[in-house]
Amino acid sequence: MSASIHVALWQVAASLVLVAIAIAISRWRQADLERDIAVATVRSIVQLTLVGYAIKLIFEADTIWLVLALLSVMVLFGALTARSRAKNVPGAFWPLLIALSIAAATTLGLVVALGVFEPTPRYLVPVGGMVIGNAMTASAVALNRLGDEVGDSRARIEATLALGATAREAALPIVRRSLRSGMITLVDSTKTTGLIFFPGTMVGMLLAGASPTDAVRLQLILLYTLLGSVAIAGVLATSLAYRNFFTPAQQLREPAEVPT
Amino acid sequence: MLFELRDVGLARSGRQVLDSVSAEIPVGATAIVGPSGAGKSTLLRLLNRLADADSGAVAYRDRPLAEYDPLELRRRVSLVPQLPALLDGTVASNLSYAAELAGIELERDRCLELAGLDPGFAERDVSKLSVGEQQRAMLARALAQSPDVLLLDEPTSALDHAARDAIEATLAELRGELEISLVLVSHDPEQAKRIADWVVRMEGGRAVAAGPLERVLA
Repeated sequence: MSASIHVALWQVAASLVLVAIAIAISRWRQADLERDIAVATVRSIVQLTLVGYAIKLIFEADTIWLVLALLSVMVLFGALTARSRAKNVPGAFWPLLIALSIAAATTLGLVVALGVFEPTPRYLVPVGGMVIGNAMTASAVALNRLGDEVGDSRARIEATLALGATAREAALPIVRRSLRSGMITLVDSTKTTGLIFFPGTMVGMLLAGASPTDAVRLQLILLYTLLGSVAIAGVLATSLAYRNFFTPAQQLREPAEVPT
Repeated sequence: MLFELRDVGLARSGRQVLDSVSAEIPVGATAIVGPSGAGKSTLLRLLNRLADADSGAVAYRDRPLAEYDPLELRRRVSLVPQLPALLDGTVASNLSYAAELAGIELERDRCLELAGLDPGFAERDVSKLSVGEQQRAMLARALAQSPDVLLLDEPTSALDHAARDAIEATLAELRGELEISLVLVSHDPEQAKRIADWVVRMEGGRAVAAGPLERVLA
């Protein structure tokens, strides 16, 4: 598809100047993100380097099992990361793990079944990573919102339960809003793609020397795949997680008795 | 007996909110009175299983509460919370929702009238109502389910004197017109005297007295 380009280590190091600017701004405006930015930078170097080696190994081994193992690890870490952002949601790990697994399996399965991508490591690894990453972000945002909304709407939820509504019925409006907030970022960025920003894959392909037509087509496929995965992950995570706020007798749990 | 509580205990966040509460609540109008933090609202929530006791037993019409399906129970024993909490939409959509849950046909204008609201309120957006009007809409919504019992948690605490008097008059009329029992939580013994004929007095999570109005609040 393209001639490969070479990026030297000094070029990567030079780009750290921008990280320094981010830290300086955070300190200047007392955003209290300096430590987070530093941790994020170190983690990105370590994680991407390790993943780079892992991908190299997987490409060389050329077996689907290693791909599945890598994707499983990504799903696991995705669920753990998303859980840490959905602190107000009790027992969020399992809903997230199930949501990410099914979103990844369904979307990757579909694009392979439709013949969009070949079932080879070269496609499945990067596309799987994007699918899981976006599904993770969307579910984390959705569950974060869900936790906040249940906290803010306790009176209304209880008043609805008091009418004899089921937990599902009482939680429906907030589950709907949570799903929406999880999906809206990707939907909006898909709307403005190409106008306001160039998505990562397209930028990467253009930088690597691919033709603009190929870059655009691949980017479109990925955007649509991501929309599907984000919707599946969001609906599963919210539909499973809201239940943890309620008892089997359709009672809203007290915040103190919510297991975390 | 409408409700019967035996040695009911309930703790929240390490605090004993209800401590060996035993009391009977007959058909009619009962007031649960006592100072703030006495456990009145918690007790009320047990009666339609919005919460369950940690220990002891609660019976409704001589059957343990646990034997009732909570959803069925809540449609017969309807709770109106202290602060209005209507669903987004119009008064009418709130009433229809409640009637639909109870599986009965909505007599909209009658419910509104019983709650002291003009039928013209039906199409009003709930966000545009005053707190007093919202509280009446909550009452109308509860009545849309034709409940046997209305549980009212400090129904007038957010209202001024005029609105309070109007709600109290509405409750008195309800008792006259419908065969409905009321269980009302109030921190105001005078309100209990105006509305109830049976009183449960709570203090520090315990029912310190229960009986006819004249005896308990003499």
